[in-house]
Amino acid sequence: MVVCHALTGDAHAAGHHGEPARRGWWDNIIGPGRPLDTDRFFVVCANLLGGCQGTTGPSSTDPATGRPYGLDFPLLSVSDLVATHRRLVHHLGIDRLHAVVGGSLGGMQALSWALEAPQEVETVVVVAASSRLSAQNIAFSAVAREAIMRDPNFADGTYLQTGRSPDTGLAVARMMAHITYLSEAAMTAKFGRRFQGSDTPRFGFGVDFQVESYLRHQGESFLSRFDALSYLYLSRALDYYDPFAEPDAAHQLDRMVAAGTRALVLSFDTDWRFDTRHSVRIARRLEHAGVPVTFREVASDFGHDSFLLPVPEYHAIVAAFLGAPALAPAGRPARGTR
Amino acid sequence: MRPDLDLIAELITDLVPPGSRVLDLGCGAGDLLETLARRGCRGTGVEIDAEAFLATVRRGVAVLSLDLDTDLDAFAADSYDVVVLSQTLQTTRRPRTVLEQMARIAPRAVMSVPNFAYWRHRTELVVSGRMPVSVELPYPWYQTPNIHLSTLPDTQALVAEVGLDVEQRLLLDERHQPLRGRLAPNLRAARAVYVLRRRD
Repeated sequence: MVVCHALTGDAHAAGHHGEPARRGWWDNIIGPGRPLDTDRFFVVCANLLGGCQGTTGPSSTDPATGRPYGLDFPLLSVSDLVATHRRLVHHLGIDRLHAVVGGSLGGMQALSWALEAPQEVETVVVVAASSRLSAQNIAFSAVAREAIMRDPNFADGTYLQTGRSPDTGLAVARMMAHITYLSEAAMTAKFGRRFQGSDTPRFGFGVDFQVESYLRHQGESFLSRFDALSYLYLSRALDYYDPFAEPDAAHQLDRMVAAGTRALVLSFDTDWRFDTRHSVRIARRLEHAGVPVTFREVASDFGHDSFLLPVPEYHAIVAAFLGAPALAPAGRPARGTR
Repeated sequence: MRPDLDLIAELITDLVPPGSRVLDLGCGAGDLLETLARRGCRGTGVEIDAEAFLATVRRGVAVLSLDLDTDLDAFAADSYDVVVLSQTLQTTRRPRTVLEQMARIAPRAVMSVPNFAYWRHRTELVVSGRMPVSVELPYPWYQTPNIHLSTLPDTQALVAEVGLDVEQRLLLDERHQPLRGRLAPNLRAARAVYVLRRRD
């Protein structure tokens, strides 16, 4: 199986590298007896193209100039991310995967993998994803990018040479994005209107409410592990993603049907970043084409972040889907044979 | 498997060739679709109940949690050979829309419905003056999922209105056995299974 990570994830999906407290971002779903059962399946997760954790990205050194690519790095599509990981899988000598699994941007890669190379994919699991961002989604991304690019330290993307990074912009981008990952109910439950370190307000513009402290922490801690240029490039790949509008889409869907690739599409009822309509749209496009698709909106209080959390119904469905026998014979439905 | 589902599986096997696509609206734990898959049909289910949905997924049957009243646009016109609706029409908010969608999705439908004009229901209503509670309709009125009950002629009138013809009608008693004789079907049948065909 291949696990595709989301915008700010990385290859460290499960287990730990010597420090048991620092486990991978999807440790609750990958492991012996877990839905992505490592007793049964070999699970591969690699860093994204355009990211900053290993695979080449805009902060990598351009061999032509000896300097970081910066904004000279080409714009990336989700297809490019998938193409890179397909090459990795081929390099590992794997012809066919039992599953490609991902949430959010990871789900988009999983979907594109199934569309572009269905012969390599038996099943695809697309969680809390979208096949086409809405104006609101793009608007949030746009503000995040503005925060980064208007930070004076950004310096047209040459900050790696100046040594002054656009920390303010990147932290603000992360704070705002983080709001979209949580539901209002989850924020209310976690913070309410409680004050930070006090029972009474201090009345000022500093960090006073707990939610402010939390967001500031999210922004600050993000700086140590993420790069502003990667944030720009990967968030832009999401904005332009629209696989069913590609000229080749109908042909790709036919090939998916012929290959017998089966899809699981899941959404969460409190996810307002990619709400259920995004997932219904994916399920509908696949179903209309004749691809066997399973879909459900799972109840969870935690908004978009639910895909990272051990929501029991969600994990039960993923486990059932990945463990189920392939019942449906491959091939086009017998139309016009009555 | 529920006895009426056995009957529906037989009907469908006779009705369409192997390899046909079957859509089961309200598929429960996927028994019918799994049976049909073994007979070479390709099935998709629709189920909203969490446990039934999970049981269907476990069987390897494609299943979508959708609202029959509002979400059947998820299926393309003529994308299936047969659509099944068993003991479910009476639980929908908009039975007419559901039937129209069924007629759009497949040229044929197999549908089982309870008959409110069954003699036990009539007797109970007339004698006790209370809403009938029976094997067929086991819930008190205030918590029944069966919100759109009909009689056989009522069902047939609506079916005709949405452009479907009754190709076959099987009348069943309370124990899901076929009724003997043709006398007074609307009085004697506890439920009916219809094979419907889209009028050309």
